[in-house]
Amino acid sequence: MLPTPSTSHASFENIYEPAEDSYLLLDTLSSDAESLFLTKRFGSDEPLPVILEVGVGSGVVLAFVATNAQVIFGRSDVAALGVDINPFAAKAAAQTIDVALRDLEVKPITLGTVMSDLTSSLRSGQIDVLIFNPPYVPTEPLPATSAISDETMSNSHEVFERDSKLLELSYAGGVDGMETTNRLLEQLPDVLSERGVAYVLLCAQNKPEVVKTSIRQWPGSWKAETVGSSGKTAGWEKLCVVRIWRDVVP
Amino acid sequence: MKILTLNFLCCARKTCKSSPASFPLHPKEASLEQIETDINALFIKNILPRLDWEAMKTLTIELGLPALPTEPPSPEALEDPDSGEPSQTLKDLHQLLMETSIESGALRCGNCDHEYAVKEGIANFLLPSHMV
Repeated sequence: MLPTPSTSHASFENIYEPAEDSYLLLDTLSSDAESLFLTKRFGSDEPLPVILEVGVGSGVVLAFVATNAQVIFGRSDVAALGVDINPFAAKAAAQTIDVALRDLEVKPITLGTVMSDLTSSLRSGQIDVLIFNPPYVPTEPLPATSAISDETMSNSHEVFERDSKLLELSYAGGVDGMETTNRLLEQLPDVLSERGVAYVLLCAQNKPEVVKTSIRQWPGSWKAETVGSSGKTAGWEKLCVVRIWRDVVP
Repeated sequence: MKILTLNFLCCARKTCKSSPASFPLHPKEASLEQIETDINALFIKNILPRLDWEAMKTLTIELGLPALPTEPPSPEALEDPDSGEPSQTLKDLHQLLMETSIESGALRCGNCDHEYAVKEGIANFLLPSHMV
C-alpha cells in the first residue's frame, strides 16, 4: 500500500474532502495493470510526461501520483499541474503537493496550480496524463459557470452561501450528472498530446457504458475502457474509472 | 507559478485559442521569487523537448532575466565535458525553469489584451461571464 498524502491543512468547509471516489482513483492509478500500461507508454527515454488534474480539490490525487511517479510511470521525472475553479482548492492543493514531496529525495517537477474552468487555459496537445474526478451527482441542470470570489467576508451568512456554492461545484453534475464531464470530454482531443491518456471517474447514474460507446465513435480511433471500479451493489458498480486514449503510432 | 508553467498555458478565451498571439502570455508588473531546489540534470534534459524555445526566450526578455541561447542546448552542453559536472548552461536553465516563480502580477493575452491576475503564486484564468 502506497501512503495517502496528508490534507490536514485543507478546510473541508469549502473544499471537497477526499472520499471513496478519490481513493478509487489512487488505487486504480497505482494498480499493477495501470502502472504497467503507463510505464510502457511513458518509458524513460521519452520526453517527460506532463500530468494534469482537473478539479484538483484538496490535491490528494495529484500529490499521490507525483509522489509515486517512480512506481506508476517507471520514472521520477514527471511534471504535475493542477487546475480548479475553486480558489481555496487551488491554494490547498499546491500545499498538499509541496508537503507530500518534502521528504522525497528525487522530487518530480511541480507546475503548481492555477484557477481555471476545466482545461480552458491549457495549450493544445500538451497534456500526457489527465485525471478528472468530476462533479458526477445527477442534479437539476447547472447554471453557467462563474467565478466565485475568495475575498475576505465578514458576514457569516455570506461565507456560508459562498462555501455551499463551492462545495456544490465539486459534486453537482446536472442532467445525468454528466454536464461538466461532457464539457471536459469535448476538450480531450484538443488538450491531450498524441500519446495522451485520460482517467475519468464516473458513477452508475452517468451511464458509463453509453459514455464509453460514444467516445469510441469520436474521429481518430479513440478507446475507452473501465480500468477500476468499486462499490458493487446488486451486481452493478457504483463508481468506475474509465481510461480514454489512442494507440500511439510507432 | 513557475516560469516553466507558462510553457503550458494560453489565453482561456475560446476565440483566442486559434490565434498564435494567445501564447505565450505576457507577464506584467510581475514580482518574481527564487525558490532554491536541487539541480537535476536528467529533468532538465527531458524537459527541453517539451519547451517552446521561442516562447521561453520571449518570456525571459520580458521579465528582464538573462537571455537564453538562440537555440535550445544539446544534451551534451548540459555537462562539463571533462568533469561531468553540471555546466553553466545547465545551472542557468535550472535556475530559470525550476527556481524562478511569479509571485504576483498579471498575464496578458497578446491577442485580446485580457489580463489574468496572479496572486500568491496562483494565476486566475476564470473569465467574467460576458467573455466566456
